[in-house]
Amino acid sequence: MIPAQFDYVRPADLDEALKILTEREGEAKLLAGGYSLIPLLKLRMAQPGLLVDLRDVTGLDGIVETDDDLRIGAKATHRQIHENPIIQRYPLLHDVSGGIGDPQVRNWGTIGGSVAHADPASDWPAALLAANAKVVCRGPTGERVVAAREFFLDTFTTAIEPTEVLTEIRFGRRPRGMGGAYTKLERRVGDFATAGIAAIVLLDDGGTITMAGMGVTGVSPSPYAATDAEAALQGQRPSEAVFRAAGGAAAAKSEPASDTRGPVDYKRAMVAELAVRSLRTAVERALANN
Amino acid sequence: MTTQHISVTVNGEVREADVEPRLLLVHLLRDVFLLTGTHIGCDTSNCGACTIHVNGQSAKSCTMLAVQADGAEIKTIEGMADGATLHALQQAFWDQHGLQCGFCTPGMIMQAAWLLDQNEKPNEAEIREGISGNLCRCTGYVNIVKAIQQASGQLEAGEAAPVEAAETVEAAPAS
Repeated sequence: MIPAQFDYVRPADLDEALKILTEREGEAKLLAGGYSLIPLLKLRMAQPGLLVDLRDVTGLDGIVETDDDLRIGAKATHRQIHENPIIQRYPLLHDVSGGIGDPQVRNWGTIGGSVAHADPASDWPAALLAANAKVVCRGPTGERVVAAREFFLDTFTTAIEPTEVLTEIRFGRRPRGMGGAYTKLERRVGDFATAGIAAIVLLDDGGTITMAGMGVTGVSPSPYAATDAEAALQGQRPSEAVFRAAGGAAAAKSEPASDTRGPVDYKRAMVAELAVRSLRTAVERALANN
Repeated sequence: MTTQHISVTVNGEVREADVEPRLLLVHLLRDVFLLTGTHIGCDTSNCGACTIHVNGQSAKSCTMLAVQADGAEIKTIEGMADGATLHALQQAFWDQHGLQCGFCTPGMIMQAAWLLDQNEKPNEAEIREGISGNLCRCTGYVNIVKAIQQASGQLEAGEAAPVEAAETVEAAPAS
């Protein structure tokens, strides 16, 4: 399969990239690892007039903790994230980054590329939604911080403007008593998720859930935050009954399509089950982090 | 149509070409440089037959543009043997019958080489995870795993590998 023709530029820095995006507004696509975009180019589902290769744009792949948050640069690869020492303390992000695609995909695919691509079955969006992460976009007039819950608008559609570059993802720092987990069902290793559930819980000293976040991928036009499930967990002590109630609420909000990965009822049942499994693990990890 | 001038080091040799931006790296290798050891299997980033190394990292060359490799060090299956002496992985695939039709083998060997660069003595689970982006439709992977064990000094040529229980597939009941 051969992509349609396009122009190609390789800006030296972010300012030059932004200038190009403004000059050719609406025509350009950004290229980082390429593992999301190039398959679309080959299928001619995407036919941009211009490809802007970010390989020479430096300073976009850092992974740092500040006083307030954990910041992951858009060009950090899944593998760099998975192996980073800081990420070993963020089990949800460790789970997600280690399970995307296969080793070759993780060598080249980037968090920013995956988030900007917004495939409805991709893994990162579930984690960003569960963690209430923030997406940083740089445009011609400066930086804009968008809540993940306002970022994923529809299938392959996000809140990024055509003149903006996604530069960074920000997660809250992990406090004591917080644990997270990502569980997904794949037909085989490397397949897109049939369903995937990211969960985060925060327990107080008495063991009560004081905050819960849940993001669901693969079973709707766009990944979603399971807000009813979060409400069902809030203020509860962890138990199988509470997890089941939350799983049921997460599944009720799903809009799966019947396809080769299974019929609608099966996918709904899987959302409920995977939610329970993610919550069990998240609670275990929260207790271990007390 | 505009072309881009690129320069890449392939198996230690500097090669230059004027390419359309849309040219895939695998096509540069096969059609321009005539290095046809790198195979195109699925052409959709699934099968791993086109796996090569770009700056030391394994990559699916059907999912990379030739222009993205400008200035890069590339290693393909043609760069593995030392003259008539096979690379340890090539020898091990031979000894352990790690191939039947051979179509996946170049990608499988390049991915295995990357894996052993990261982890000198991977256990069986790590080997299977390491080659999870490479599909083989003939062997059922058992002999490929053995070959990688041999190449990493964990199995002698001709030695029967311990087959772990998890791999044993129960025979389907007669119906």
